[in-house]
Amino acid sequence: MPALASFVCGLVFGAGLLISGMTDPQKVLGFLDLFGAWDATLAFVMAGAVAVAAAGFAIARRRAAPSFSARFLWPDRNDIDTPLVGGAILFGIGWGLVGICPGPALVNLAGLSLPIVVFVVAMLAGMIGQNLFDKNLWRWRAAAPRAIESSPLPSRADG
Amino acid sequence: MHDFTPLSGLAGGALIGLAAALLMLLTGRIAGVTGIVGGLLQPDTADRGWRIAFIAGLIAAPLVAALFGAPLPRPAMNASLVVVAIAGVLVGFGTRMGNGCTSGHGVCGFARLSGRSIVATFIFMTAAIATVAIVRHVIGG
Repeated sequence: MPALASFVCGLVFGAGLLISGMTDPQKVLGFLDLFGAWDATLAFVMAGAVAVAAAGFAIARRRAAPSFSARFLWPDRNDIDTPLVGGAILFGIGWGLVGICPGPALVNLAGLSLPIVVFVVAMLAGMIGQNLFDKNLWRWRAAAPRAIESSPLPSRADG
Repeated sequence: MHDFTPLSGLAGGALIGLAAALLMLLTGRIAGVTGIVGGLLQPDTADRGWRIAFIAGLIAAPLVAALFGAPLPRPAMNASLVVVAIAGVLVGFGTRMGNGCTSGHGVCGFARLSGRSIVATFIFMTAAIATVAIVRHVIGG
């Protein structure tokens, strides 16, 4: 049941991306191109999405548990750390280069066009690379004699 | 402005928000595509079923739309395949490092009024706008 619910949510999410036009990288780049022929559509997509999600989250906050699992897994971090800032900068550069972020990349995968397949394979490689980088950094820190203060354990992801 | 489509933007956005709200209400999870995919790529992740199902839903959306006559998405991209690959690696590495992308930080984070997510969204938006400005108006000038 949770898997079916999750599938339907993915389907609705994908439909939203298609209807909003955000699966078209030229439309996304049109929003990011403040100094060209600016297309403000993405701001309306964000406004619609945030408003409905906030209403849904407000309902969820009043409930004891979700319908098909034991508890709500709200992200629990509030700190602004270096990986958050550095990661956002790297992501922004990649997003600005081609106008595709992870959600639209996966929706576009259904068309099996060569650039999209290349993008998704590279994106997955980047994600795996980041995992390995993180683990090795962790090991190196643990092995370093001066690293007495404990580094924070990786916490629940924001998204 | 060219191709400004605020109504379909709002309607599509509302569906994205509805999906994020439903995923939380039904499964208790944040609809962040980076976190969902990234979790599958880690060997120690126990909860794989809902992740695979959500991704299958994303990929199935245009296939369902095709049943109603919509063309499959094969977006035009101006960048060379080398640039596309570099961008893909940056997006994958960056979103995992920063713990989220447009969905997790941009939509769900803003809806939760999370300071982390609002800061992350401001930064990746700024970096993307700067990148487009350089590519289109400085290099491409």
